[in-house]
Amino acid sequence: MGDAVLGRQTDLPASTEIASQAAIAINHLSLRYGTGPKAVTALDDIGFSVREGEFVSVVGPSGCGKSTLLKILAGLLPPTSGSASLNGTDIQGPRRDIGVVFQSPVLFPWRTVLGNVLLPADVQGLDKAAMRTRALDLVNLVGLTGFEDSYPRQLSGGMQQRVGIIRALIHDPALLLMDEPFGALDAMTRESMNVELQRIWLESKKTVLFITHSTAEAVFLADRVVVMTPRPGRIGDVFEVDLPRPRPLEVMNTEKFGTYVQRIRRALNATGGHGGGLD
Amino acid sequence: MINFVLRLGLIGAVLGVWEWLVAFMQVPTYILPPPTSIFRGLVNGFSSNLYPEHIMVTLSETLLGFVFGTVLAFFLGTIVALSKRVEYFLYPFIVMFQAMPKVALAPLIVVWFGLGLTSKVINAALVAFFPLMVNTIVGLKSADEDRINLMRSLAASKWQIFWMLRLPNALPFIFAGLEIAMIFALIGAIVAEFVGAEKGLGMLIQSMNINMDVAGQFSILLILSMLGLLLNGTVTFIRRRVLFWDPATQADGKLNSDKGGV
Ligand SMILES: Nc1ncnc2c1ncn2[C@@H]1O[C@H](COP(=O)(O)OP(=O)(O)OP(=O)(O)O)[C@@H](O)[C@H]1O
Ligand SMILES: [Mg+2]
Repeated sequence: MGDAVLGRQTDLPASTEIASQAAIAINHLSLRYGTGPKAVTALDDIGFSVREGEFVSVVGPSGCGKSTLLKILAGLLPPTSGSASLNGTDIQGPRRDIGVVFQSPVLFPWRTVLGNVLLPADVQGLDKAAMRTRALDLVNLVGLTGFEDSYPRQLSGGMQQRVGIIRALIHDPALLLMDEPFGALDAMTRESMNVELQRIWLESKKTVLFITHSTAEAVFLADRVVVMTPRPGRIGDVFEVDLPRPRPLEVMNTEKFGTYVQRIRRALNATGGHGGGLD
Repeated sequence: MINFVLRLGLIGAVLGVWEWLVAFMQVPTYILPPPTSIFRGLVNGFSSNLYPEHIMVTLSETLLGFVFGTVLAFFLGTIVALSKRVEYFLYPFIVMFQAMPKVALAPLIVVWFGLGLTSKVINAALVAFFPLMVNTIVGLKSADEDRINLMRSLAASKWQIFWMLRLPNALPFIFAGLEIAMIFALIGAIVAEFVGAEKGLGMLIQSMNINMDVAGQFSILLILSMLGLLLNGTVTFIRRRVLFWDPATQADGKLNSDKGGV
């Protein structure tokens, strides 16, 4: 088992060579909300990198800065210090080759399912006819055929979340950032969404940064699991998950899977978070 | 269906009791006329072609005032909502005007703009202006943080965020404001006619009041509430069409007529 664990990896050398190869390279990144005595340090000198095509899960207790990290990578929040780069380019602001999936579906109630999926294409002025065909394919991929012209309020929570996910794929971004996308779903729907996401990822080979509260979900999906520690947000242990793909749901019952989950949970508990509260 | 018949029956019963009470207690017509003389006043008014002319005058004042007031309110509200600077400088004026009962300006406006159409349109516009401006500002500012972040993450321009997110998001607020503004415009026009006018239903009420024609006044009141229903109903009809996606619009169909009471 030990060979599967990469162990501590708190600091990467800020070597430009690594940065230029990595899909995501984060170096000595810090972020403080506010100024003066009331400032909150959300991220404190964090660093790690993600290879192209890699699926990385980030787990950590509530408030450890996961969403903050995602906002920085999405270009929505400038870091206080340090740097983050995508494919060797420093993040200056939002980019068009990123897809973001938020914790809630964030659909526009005045747009149909198809209209919502096409939102990024509309914003970025992509070819309408080609995008429509692609949108219909994606709708089909997640089993929503027949609901193209429905409005969000006519869909269940799980269906809405699927719309949110394929919307992030419509403009074929190289990088997918997902912030607890399945947090609001029931256990059953969540598991089938995990299988679906793995399938999409295996087919499209995108780089994925996937934030979750669920250790099992993190292990099931990821090539690597990054544990974050709270107050201030830092990178703890990083675990390499060596399980063959595609992973069926039954993999969760295997001993190897259980050992990964246990190790990660222990790492979470050790870092002083409310690890016991995580599933 | 049963309920509808009961409803009609109740209205009939109220009118019947009214008619009987007025006759039984020998209430003079200049205090409270019986429904039959109100109805006669209505028929006479229409057959002599007196009412239609004045209805058209009041209706045009109301609609013109509504259009000018709301278009201006929409643009000003949009600018205030989108620019913190403009909001900062205009805020004292907005607060002051909002607290002031706008109908109290009617005498001044009639002095400034005369007895004709202009003063009525301006007064109606003034009264219709605020409900829509306030609702436009609130609506445009109420866009959900997550939705804004989604648009920003797609590298959307400010302009795109406005057209694709803020404006559609504000529409339920804007339509609620338009419904109020419609009724307010009617109130504004009538009040300005009270102050001084040559034509219009408000002027007619006043001259009937001087002649102690109370039945005639009641018939005008009836026309005014019909007019109010028609104007409000038109806005509601358009709102239902435009906001088919808004769950609140589907739900409050029965409630929104309450706003006429403002
Ligand atoms: N806009 C903000 N202003 C001030 N402080 C903030 C802001 N957003 C987040 N924080 C603080 O930064 C810290 C990290 O927040 P963040 O949302 O990144 O946590 P998280 O790991 O995503 O938590 P959760 O798992 O509950 O979503 C928290 O202590 C939070 O209070
Ligand atoms: Mg979060």
